[in-house]
Amino acid sequence: MRRTVMAVTIAMVLLVTRTGLAKKDPRKGDLGSELRRAPISVQWLRNPYAGQDPAIRAGKKLYLRHCAGCHGADGRGKEKAPNLSSPTIQSVTPGMLFWFLKNGNLSEGMPAWSRLPDQQLWQIVTFLQTLCPELPNQNASQPIQE
Amino acid sequence: MRSRANEPAAAQRLSLLKRVGPLPRINLAILTTFTLLPFSLDAGEGPYFITYDHHMEEPGNLEIAINPVLGLPKSANTFVGSWTEFEYGVKGWWTSEFYLNGQTTRHDSTLFTGFRWENRFRLLRREHWINPVFYLEFANVNAADKTLREVVGFGPEEEHAEPNARTRMEKEREIEGKLILSSNYKGWNFSENFIAEKNLSNEPWQFGYALGISHPLALAATPEPCSFCRENFHAGIEFYGGLGNWHKFGLPGASRYIAPVLAWDLPNGTTFRISPTFGLTENSHRALIRFGVSYEFAGLGRRLGHLFR
Repeated sequence: MRRTVMAVTIAMVLLVTRTGLAKKDPRKGDLGSELRRAPISVQWLRNPYAGQDPAIRAGKKLYLRHCAGCHGADGRGKEKAPNLSSPTIQSVTPGMLFWFLKNGNLSEGMPAWSRLPDQQLWQIVTFLQTLCPELPNQNASQPIQE
Repeated sequence: MRSRANEPAAAQRLSLLKRVGPLPRINLAILTTFTLLPFSLDAGEGPYFITYDHHMEEPGNLEIAINPVLGLPKSANTFVGSWTEFEYGVKGWWTSEFYLNGQTTRHDSTLFTGFRWENRFRLLRREHWINPVFYLEFANVNAADKTLREVVGFGPEEEHAEPNARTRMEKEREIEGKLILSSNYKGWNFSENFIAEKNLSNEPWQFGYALGISHPLALAATPEPCSFCRENFHAGIEFYGGLGNWHKFGLPGASRYIAPVLAWDLPNGTTFRISPTFGLTENSHRALIRFGVSYEFAGLGRRLGHLFR
């Protein structure tokens, strides 16, 4: 029994540290191309909350709760999580962002947020589109690949 | 005879703790800690206790939960079973969980009953109408375990009437597989679990099922930060029960439960859940009351990873 507990504990520690140590392959998970994988049918979906101030504030609240842990409170990205004010993100359609939030990119660490209702995902999209696009050389340390 | 009202406050507190028993006392301490923990910036739990949906733990996040269940059997002593759960997002498509189980039975004893280790693998990387997840678990518990984490075979009513001194001697090393199917539609979640469990000693496969439906009380979020907004609450209902074993498969004679569930996600990452559960057949407990509190530590894997760089 004791040996089994020890083996399970070691396995758990390895799991935790393995995921923390995992380095991102720069060739994989190109965000721009992932976003463009959105089916045509959703790419041009209309954001029902576009430009609405209450939705922007609700989206910001949701963003701080669910996304800021990885992407930073200002959306400028941290470590593996990309900068959300980059031209790549700001240039895609609301439908693409909505689709990407809902499906995630599971192999690259972006969770699927399908547990949130569509309305809340659109509120987050509305907020994300208010983040100012960054000048290309402003954050050269965290480039977004296209 | 001295009345209770005349007892000093400290003695009254001690007397209350003695009546409550050690297991609920530990749960109470953890619950208080979770409520006071600082802002964690992350998602809450789903409302279900028994049914799994296809939503995985975010990669690198650790969620710790305690889930006591108060059991009111028809022909056995009242008990409190409890599992403490450590859920970790290994990858976006892989979640691993480790459980420590214990129980306390009225007029009997309190004991640690064993551990479980489960892994869930999401089979499809995109959202579909039906999202399948494969679940694999190894459990090393004894027969005194009363957490009722799932119901398989014909049910626990008779087993739970036996004294802990006898059941604790009976080891149960089990493997369990589940096929989890889950769908989201207009804010509703529909989840179906099919369970197969095998005691590694010479016992037949046992089968069970769990079904769940849930919906948030509001679909859109309010602009103001709040704890009591409707979007922070999820309500639902679970049905679960046994499906017999390899030799006698089917619903007749198996235990069945129906359980309304309510979950409340606090903005600091703590989730409270409650589920009054009612037995529907002869072989089911009369009622169970499940409680749950969980707290999510965001980015734990990343922080630990830094220590080893």
